[in-house]
Amino acid sequence: MIGVNREGEVWVFAEQHNGQLEDTPIELMSKARWLADTLGVKLAAALLGDNVKDLAAKLIHYGADKVYLIEHPLLEHYQANSYAKAIFDLVHKYEPQIVLYGATITGRDLAPRIASAAKAGLTADCTDLQIGDHTTIKDGQLHKNLLFQIRPAFGGNIIATIINYDRWPQMATVREGVMPMPEPDAARRGEIIEEKAELSQQDLTLEILQEHKRPKKVNLKAARIIVAGGAGVGSKDNFKLIWDLANCLGAAPAATRAAVDLGFIDGDHQVGQTGTTVRPNLYIAVGISGAIQHQAGMSQSQKIVAINNDTEAPIFQIAHYKIVGDLNVVVPKMIKAIKEKS
Amino acid sequence: MAYNCVVLIKQVPDTKRITGAAMNDDGTVNRAALPAIFNPEDLNALELALQIKDKFGGSITVITMGPPAASAVLRDSLFRGADDAILITDIRCAASDTLATSYILSCAVKKVDYDIVVCGRQAIDGDTAQVGPQLAEKLGIPQITYVEELIELNGKTITARRNIGAGWQQVKTALPALLTVTSDANEPRVAAAKKMMKYKKAHTPIEVEQKTQAENSAADEADIKALVAHKCSELEEKGLLIKQWDLDFVGADLNWCGRGGSPTKVHRIQSVVLAAKESKDVEPNDKAISDMIHELIEDKTIA
Ligand SMILES: Cc1cc2nc3c(=O)[nH]c(=O)nc-3n(C[C@H](O)[C@H](O)[C@H](O)COP(=O)(O)OP(=O)(O)OC[C@H]3O[C@@H](n4cnc5c(N)ncnc54)[C@H](O)[C@@H]3O)c2cc1C
Ligand SMILES: Cc1cc2nc3c(=O)[nH]c(=O)nc-3n(C[C@H](O)[C@H](O)[C@H](O)COP(=O)(O)OP(=O)(O)OC[C@H]3O[C@@H](n4cnc5c(N)ncnc54)[C@H](O)[C@@H]3O)c2cc1C
Repeated sequence: MIGVNREGEVWVFAEQHNGQLEDTPIELMSKARWLADTLGVKLAAALLGDNVKDLAAKLIHYGADKVYLIEHPLLEHYQANSYAKAIFDLVHKYEPQIVLYGATITGRDLAPRIASAAKAGLTADCTDLQIGDHTTIKDGQLHKNLLFQIRPAFGGNIIATIINYDRWPQMATVREGVMPMPEPDAARRGEIIEEKAELSQQDLTLEILQEHKRPKKVNLKAARIIVAGGAGVGSKDNFKLIWDLANCLGAAPAATRAAVDLGFIDGDHQVGQTGTTVRPNLYIAVGISGAIQHQAGMSQSQKIVAINNDTEAPIFQIAHYKIVGDLNVVVPKMIKAIKEKS
Repeated sequence: MAYNCVVLIKQVPDTKRITGAAMNDDGTVNRAALPAIFNPEDLNALELALQIKDKFGGSITVITMGPPAASAVLRDSLFRGADDAILITDIRCAASDTLATSYILSCAVKKVDYDIVVCGRQAIDGDTAQVGPQLAEKLGIPQITYVEELIELNGKTITARRNIGAGWQQVKTALPALLTVTSDANEPRVAAAKKMMKYKKAHTPIEVEQKTQAENSAADEADIKALVAHKCSELEEKGLLIKQWDLDFVGADLNWCGRGGSPTKVHRIQSVVLAAKESKDVEPNDKAISDMIHELIEDKTIA
């Protein structure tokens, strides 16, 4: 168990698979950089694997002051037990004040195991992180500069700010896609600290028999414009309207879970709590009611256009342009207008 | 070979129908104000255990930690085919975070003979998906999270397919092990009518107590106590008394339970207010739509 350590660094778990860094640790870097600067401490990345040293420079370019590097043949493939053990030992040695993980499947498999061993708190699936003060009601004590771990819960119906003031490190997983990617700076220099892991074959509790990687059919996170269709589009055939509108805007086609469940489009296109979180310049919602779980994935869009024939649809409450009407009439008019202007 | 499964289940408020008004000021949930349901993925966890039992034999014990009303999900599990059910209820569990919850659950699971521990991937209220991996760590056993298919049980090993985000992975591990199960793993069976008839009257002692108190509000404490004891022993004889454990019984160290045992605290809760930003109504005619597109090009939203 680790107590409050104000000198402790800010850490980011540098998730990599097969020598390839995931997007999430990079997304986390800009926020983590800001946290470290605000607290006046160093920002470090924890990089584990086998032959992954060349990724360290990249992490430094994206904002890390230091990289703790653990290379070991038994760390070649991620698995919860071996990775948790190595990171737990590292955390114990250096006592960072904050440790952040991407809320990827790997992050969500790994971080709770470390938190349990460290008897530390872990906040799940944060969408924002801030620094703030908290006064405990019981004794009126002021705790300064805590990590405010901001996360939706109850199916996105509430936003909770979670803190840990007596047992550290303050650990959190952070939802994918909610933090903007920083620009790399190839001139940045940093320190690489090589650490050893005490691991034996017994620590590999899983035998990985087979792995099948399936690249996503669409990269919604990178899209500047998204045209999303919902159950209101009515059929897979009619979903062509969404593809057409997307094509003439150079946009990515997306969908609600209802549309995916109805087979209008592949699940890779789903936006929302259980799909992808996006923040494009423009989000056009066609025949989408705007359920809280859908909004969870798109409410950060710069501009939202909503087309729905129900004036009461909740999507209108967050839309910048509200078009009450039949999508079968409105979408062709939009396509026509766009073609005329370009 | 037969396998003994322990399934961890949670009663949750139906978050599809929740409002901010259902939250207490201290960030805990006013569960009384909401319809309570069986956490959806815990039904998949139970179904996975039932399929193991159907194929290999063995027993299924379901455990939940919660208020007295959580007895309902235990009963529901008995309807669906569980053999034994345990309610962990204790006021000192209140405000437990996932670390304290997994600690308390680990104390209870250790009292049961098990080969496989099955959890849902995630509860729809707390939404953390942390209890499963934390419980595995506390039990000192391997975990296979995000299970979408049970492939094989062979002697003392289990093979499962897990979701890894962009694809899947097939992994094998030695038992005992813990699985967290996703909704893709199976279609949960419905309650069996015969079992429903049988277990309809199954209750936990706390339910018996509450019912007896309500029915005999005038009686004094000693009489009620005697009445409760009598009813409970009657139920027990018929195999209808659901087990109920408290923190003393499971041997939990109180320093690791409840609010005090929880490193995470709620600083603030806000209900999500739908932001009514600056917005424009656009008529569904050519002119208005063309003007809107023009505006979006002008402000460089559309390149
Ligand atoms: C608004 C809010 C936010 C919260 N955020 C956090 C947070 O970020 N970090 C944190 O540590 N705690 C948090 N908590 C506390 C957390 O919700 C509770 O500890 C809860 O008891 C377990 O977490 P969960 O609901 O997320 O379960 P999950 O971890 O999502 O549940 C996974 C599985 O574990 C099993 N399980 C879970 N709970 C029980 C139970 N009581 N009985 C039997 N089996 C169970 C089930 O199989 C379930 O499917 C929060 C609570 C609230 C009200
Ligand atoms: C745990 C959980 C997780 C979830 N995760 C997600 C998620 O990640 N993403 C997601 O999207 N959903 C998710 N959902 C589902 C979500 O709750 C909604 O059910 C879903 O978003 C609804 O999709 P929809 O708007 O397409 O359909 P509906 O709600 O059926 O809305 C269709 C809309 O189309 C309009 N319409 C119909 N015909 C026309 C027409 N001719 N012209 C114009 N408008 C028309 C209707 O007025 C209506 O508003 C989740 C739910 C749960 C419980």
